[in-house]
Amino acid sequence: MSTTKIDARGLSCPQPVVLTSKAIQGGADDLEVLVDNEVSKENVLRIAKKYNLKTEVREEGQDIIVQMSKS
Amino acid sequence: MANPLSSRMGIVAVGAVIGIVASLLQYLGNPPNMGICVACMERDIAGALGLHRADIVQYIRPEIIGFVIGAFISALLVKEYRPRGGSAPLVRFFLGVFAMIGALVFLGCPWRALLRLAGGDWNAIVGLLGLTAGIAIGVIFLKSGYSLGRATNQRPWSGYVFPAFMLGLLLLLLFKVSFAEGGPIFFSQKGPGSMHAAVGISLGAGLLVGVIAQRSRFCTMGAIRDVILIRDCHLVSGVAGLLVAAFVMNLFLGQFKPGFDGQPIAHTDHLWNFLGMALAGLAFALAGGCPGRQLFLSGEGDLDAGTFALGMIVGAAFSHNFSMASSPKGAAAFGPAAVIVGLLFCIIIGLTMREKAN
Repeated sequence: MSTTKIDARGLSCPQPVVLTSKAIQGGADDLEVLVDNEVSKENVLRIAKKYNLKTEVREEGQDIIVQMSKS
Repeated sequence: MANPLSSRMGIVAVGAVIGIVASLLQYLGNPPNMGICVACMERDIAGALGLHRADIVQYIRPEIIGFVIGAFISALLVKEYRPRGGSAPLVRFFLGVFAMIGALVFLGCPWRALLRLAGGDWNAIVGLLGLTAGIAIGVIFLKSGYSLGRATNQRPWSGYVFPAFMLGLLLLLLFKVSFAEGGPIFFSQKGPGSMHAAVGISLGAGLLVGVIAQRSRFCTMGAIRDVILIRDCHLVSGVAGLLVAAFVMNLFLGQFKPGFDGQPIAHTDHLWNFLGMALAGLAFALAGGCPGRQLFLSGEGDLDAGTFALGMIVGAAFSHNFSMASSPKGAAAFGPAAVIVGLLFCIIIGLTMREKAN
C-alpha cells in the first residue's frame, strides 16, 4: 500500500490532527505527516499512539516529518 | 527534546498550579472568583487605556503582560519562538471581538468559568454547558473541512511586536502616566477594577503561568474540543487539575460559597449565560484556542493569535460602550442582540472558510 502524505505545515491546531485522524479512519496505516512546529508534532504523535501506529520522526530544515506505520 | 510538561502528569500539574495561583491571587486582592480571567483582565486593560469608560473595570492587569512575556521567554529558551502569520488575520480579529462580546455577556472567559465553579457559583455550570455547545458546533465545522488557511513564516522581528506592546503596557502601569487631565490612563477607584494583588505578585504569577502554559500547551477550549473531536482527554485532565486545585484552595482560604444567587460579578440569567458562552466557545473553536492560549501563542510569535487578542481588547470596548456587557443585574440592553449577531457571524465563517482537499 502506498504512503499517504499529509502536508499540515502552517495549519493551526487542531487541523493537523483532524487531517491525520481522517486519513487513519479512512484506512491509511502508512502515513507521512509534514508539520512545522513542536506542538503539531506532539499532537500528531498522540494520535498515532491512540491508533497504535509505530512512529518515526525526522527533521528536514524547518519541517518535521512524522512517519507512521502499522507495528 | 523531552518536554515533561506536555505529558499527562505534566498537564495535570500545570492545571493545578494555575488553579492554586488563581485562588491565591483572589486571596491577595484580585476580584472574587476572578483570580485569573483573561477576558475580564483584557477588558480592564481596554478600560485603563480609555477605549471604554466603564469606570469600575479599568486597570492594566499585570497577569496578562506576564502571560505573554512568560510564554515569549519560554519559547525563546526552548527554541520554539517562531514568527508566523497570515492565516486570515482580519477574520481572527473579529472572532476575537465576538468571543469577548460573548464572554462579557456571561461575565468571564473559560478560565473564570472554572474558577467561578470552584468558588461555588453554580451559574458557571450553565456557562460551561454553553461553552461546550459552542465548541461542539465548532467541531462540526472542523470535521467538515473548516480552515482559515495556512500561516507562513514571518520576519524574526515581527514576533517581537506583541510582547513589546505588553512591555509598553507594563511601563504605563509602573509610571502611571496621565495623558490628559482626568484622562487615561484610567485606574478604577471602586468596583472590580480597583481590586488587585500587588503589581509584583500579579506580574510574577503571570510570568509563571506564561512559562508553564507555553510548555504544556494548556488550553481550556482545546480540552473540550479534543474530547468531542477525537475522544482525547489529555488537555481536559489539565482543566480537571485546575478545577480541583482551585476548589481545594478555596475551601482552605474560605473562598467557597455555593449557590446561584448573589455570586460576585455574576448574574443568574441562565439563557444568556448559556448563549453568551456558546458564542465565545464557537469563536474560540474557530480561532483554534481559548483566550489564554491565544496570549501564549502570541508570545511564541504567532501574529494571528496576537490579532485575535487585540480583537478581544477592542471587543471589550464595544461591549461596554454599546451596553452589551452584562452586570450582576443580568444581561444588558444590547447583549442578547450582540450574541445573535455574533453567532450568525461565526456560523457564516464556519460554513464558508474551507481548505480544499489535498
